[in-house]
Amino acid sequence: MSVTSNGATVRTDASPTVQLLSADGTFAPSDAAAEFLPYFDRLTEADYRTFYRDMVVVRKFDTEAANLQRQGQLALWVPSHGQEAAQVGSAHATRAQDHIFPSYREHVVGMIRGLDMVDILRMLRGVTLGGWTPEEHGNFHLYTLVLASQTLHATGYAMGMQLDGSTATGNPETDQAVIVYYGDGASSQGDANEALVFAASYQTPQVFFMQNNHWAISVPVSRQSRSPLYLRAGGFGMPGIQVDGNDVLASYAVTAKAMDDARAGHGPSLIEALTYRVGAHTTADDPTKYRDPAELAYWVARDPIVRFRSYLEGLGIEQEFLDSVDEEAADHAADVRRRALEITSPERSVIFDNVYAEPHPLVVEQKAWLDAYETSFDGSES
Amino acid sequence: MTSRDTIAAPTTANLPMAKALTAGLRQAMLDDPKVLMMGEDIGPLGGVFRVTEGLHAEFGEKRVLDTPLAESGIIGTAIGLAMRGFRPVCEIQFDGFVFPGFDQITSQLARMRNRHEGGVIMPVVVRIPYGGHIGSIEHHQESPEAYFAHTPGLRVVSPSNPHDAYWMMQEAITSNDPVIFFEPKSRYWPKGVVDFTAAGTPLHASKVVRTGTSVTVVGHGAMVSVLLQAAELAAAESISLEVIDLRSISPIDYGPILESVHKTGHLVVAQEAAGFVSVGSEIAATVTERAFYSLEAPVLRVSGFDTPFPPAAVETHFLPSPDRVLEAIDRSLAY
Repeated sequence: MSVTSNGATVRTDASPTVQLLSADGTFAPSDAAAEFLPYFDRLTEADYRTFYRDMVVVRKFDTEAANLQRQGQLALWVPSHGQEAAQVGSAHATRAQDHIFPSYREHVVGMIRGLDMVDILRMLRGVTLGGWTPEEHGNFHLYTLVLASQTLHATGYAMGMQLDGSTATGNPETDQAVIVYYGDGASSQGDANEALVFAASYQTPQVFFMQNNHWAISVPVSRQSRSPLYLRAGGFGMPGIQVDGNDVLASYAVTAKAMDDARAGHGPSLIEALTYRVGAHTTADDPTKYRDPAELAYWVARDPIVRFRSYLEGLGIEQEFLDSVDEEAADHAADVRRRALEITSPERSVIFDNVYAEPHPLVVEQKAWLDAYETSFDGSES
Repeated sequence: MTSRDTIAAPTTANLPMAKALTAGLRQAMLDDPKVLMMGEDIGPLGGVFRVTEGLHAEFGEKRVLDTPLAESGIIGTAIGLAMRGFRPVCEIQFDGFVFPGFDQITSQLARMRNRHEGGVIMPVVVRIPYGGHIGSIEHHQESPEAYFAHTPGLRVVSPSNPHDAYWMMQEAITSNDPVIFFEPKSRYWPKGVVDFTAAGTPLHASKVVRTGTSVTVVGHGAMVSVLLQAAELAAAESISLEVIDLRSISPIDYGPILESVHKTGHLVVAQEAAGFVSVGSEIAATVTERAFYSLEAPVLRVSGFDTPFPPAAVETHFLPSPDRVLEAIDRSLAY
């Protein structure tokens, strides 16, 4: 049995969902997984360890960040609890030369691309509107808070790769592609649909990775779509794949194929990763007001980390490794916490300094005025 | 070798603004291979106003992109292309069709550099044919420039004549900031001399286009020709108008305006847009702050009414005419 994007339960053998690991961690590829098995076969045990480590580290980080918010250290926190497998699997399918356009919940994707998690906290602590330089952090672009806006930026960026000849040359070591993350809620936005139109029209080297976590704050996916979301791809003229997003191996395999196809010049595709937002939308949300506890329990029983650990245990992974990962996650979270508390506020000049690339008299005048105003108080209390 | 280097190329030409814009776009494309055109119907057709005519044939479909019919998609993908190092010039077909792209312009394009703490430039030009006087249907005659001038991070300009159109377009494209380029469509067809050798005036400078002593009048785009007509009529009554072409709406170059007001003591601002919370309101407030003791009368605005643009059959009652400008001149001088 599996659950479709709109909540209906169907028999696995009729399911279009690509799955490699069943909920109990048994390796049992679904029928739909057949064409993706060669991509799974690329993985080594070292990759498994990395995947597991990444999921555990970000889960712990997520908890720590939520604590920081509750303690008044962050303005807001956006949990990724429950979505680790979709994010870790897809992120590891990217290559160094690829570009990643996240929404705002893809913390571990950033981590995998080399981003310091403290940089994400800087934005959520309110000391910056961005937080990092994409080119210096694995081409992991800034979070975008207006839903689906980034799908168009990603598509334009992928158009640029085509125009400057950086893709589809036949060399997988250098050919580039874009992956853009968005969600079931954002799928209703005009921008997401326009991005799919442009991507299909120009055949951009691009993967639309939609995490269907079943909830857009308090609104269930059934309000966004009457049909499974991956089926929309066909209407735009591109392949659509539905994957069990709580299966890190399947998430890797489908994304690896889609990104390979994109780099090779075979155009864009859409992946719908079925997963679940176990936590709240943000720390400002209260899912107990709108969610059935039984539904939450159903998904907690399909926890991506527990599932993958069961798989690794079946392979005979040593307990020392699992323990060491827990220890590393705790150390990482503690380190992030320590450094988050050391984040300093920017100078007031940040208000003005980067609004324009070239001087704008209004901004120049107002910066000077504020400086004069603020300094007029200097020494006034002495 | 660019056309500018071509031996014996003409140094001036008498062109309608639409063709001066085409020449400006072409020169920008010759100067920088990263300059792209994007928009609806801008390829083989050359745009509904033919401003991109010939560019698709000369530069090909990788430089002149006919896009799907989606304004947010045009602006949003232009942002991605700019992040990739391109300099997209987006055509919005008509003024009233910019709003599907408004979110991408105001929430993304305008802020991308600030969000990146200076780490990116957004050299995107959004071309918008705007304004009335062409007798068209709803959404085809509007003047939405105040929305964009109100948005930090954008630059907003509007030429009034072919020479400025040729040069301002190239300057907008070489700007590393996003520029909303309002093209006064009723001025697309009248011809004027374009001097290909020198711009004469910087992109964001306002300019005195007729000197006078009685009243300063300020406008942009198509309104400049209305003001010049008003000045001719006023001269017959021995009233001397000093006409200032604003050219840039964000930023506004107040230097020539203040200098003129110090001389005349009277200021009338004219615009096709609705007057409430308008560019004219902003100029009135600022000039009052900076030249209060020079003013002999309140700054007056001549605007479109605070209504939707009306059916074209009554547009002449809606749009500021030379007579409406003169009515305000009389009121100003009566103080």
